Amino acid sequence: MDADSASVAVTLLVYAGLPALVLFVGWLVGHLSETRHERSLAAREEALRDIEATDMRNPPGFAAAEGSCMLVSGEAVVASDMFKSWVFGFKNIVGGESKFFTRLFERARREALLRMKERARELGCNAVCNVRFDSVDIGGNASGMKKKGSNMAVALVSGTAWRRPAVA
Amino acid sequence: MTIVNTETIPGKTVVEVKGLVQGNTVRAKNIGRDIAAGFKNMVGGELKGYTELLTESRREALSRMIAQAEALGANAVVNVRFSTSAITSGASEMMAYGTAVVAE
Repeated sequence: MDADSASVAVTLLVYAGLPALVLFVGWLVGHLSETRHERSLAAREEALRDIEATDMRNPPGFAAAEGSCMLVSGEAVVASDMFKSWVFGFKNIVGGESKFFTRLFERARREALLRMKERARELGCNAVCNVRFDSVDIGGNASGMKKKGSNMAVALVSGTAWRRPAVA
Repeated sequence: MTIVNTETIPGKTVVEVKGLVQGNTVRAKNIGRDIAAGFKNMVGGELKGYTELLTESRREALSRMIAQAEALGANAVVNVRFSTSAITSGASEMMAYGTAVVAE
């Protein structure tokens, strides 16, 4: 082992090893937090199952409902990890569906919907109607000033919380 | 003040339309939130700072809309909608608008 091969090894380690390590850590932590988040979403969705959400403007029973109704909303911003952003770089060349980002947006939307339902429950309501989904470009994707690698899913949801009478 | 995004309010009838009211706000993320988000972008996960920013923006836009409705003598705002737009990287506008009405 001479000095030359040692410096080649060090260079290789710095230029290939470090990015690979960062990607691996990104993938590992990202995967773990994604799995944990999806598990928590499933559990909370089960707990809030009795809050009926619909995007109908005038669902059956709404006109005759008693008690006050109120605008409720929920929002969530979920970031992608480095590994997924890196993989998406390749996906952009060949095209096709990005399963990673589809899943990312789904998580953000479910989280926002759950937060809206939680607020409805806090108000003592058991239904939300006229649910609307919305989004906002927080990272500045549209303005062309986006920082590299900052991919995030933003979900905004709003609706009217009301008290649905029990069906006899 | 009743705020709903439906056209009707259960148990009440709209007796007078006072007109369109709106409220908006532009909020910038601060450096601290940007740095935290930078780290989060490596490993993924929820960007709590940005979520809070959106919640605050929404509240602010709504309260400005409500202030306008109160000034018009309305007691409810119906058909509320939110609209958003990006201004530059790091700042976004949140706008709430609806119809101020008197409901009885």
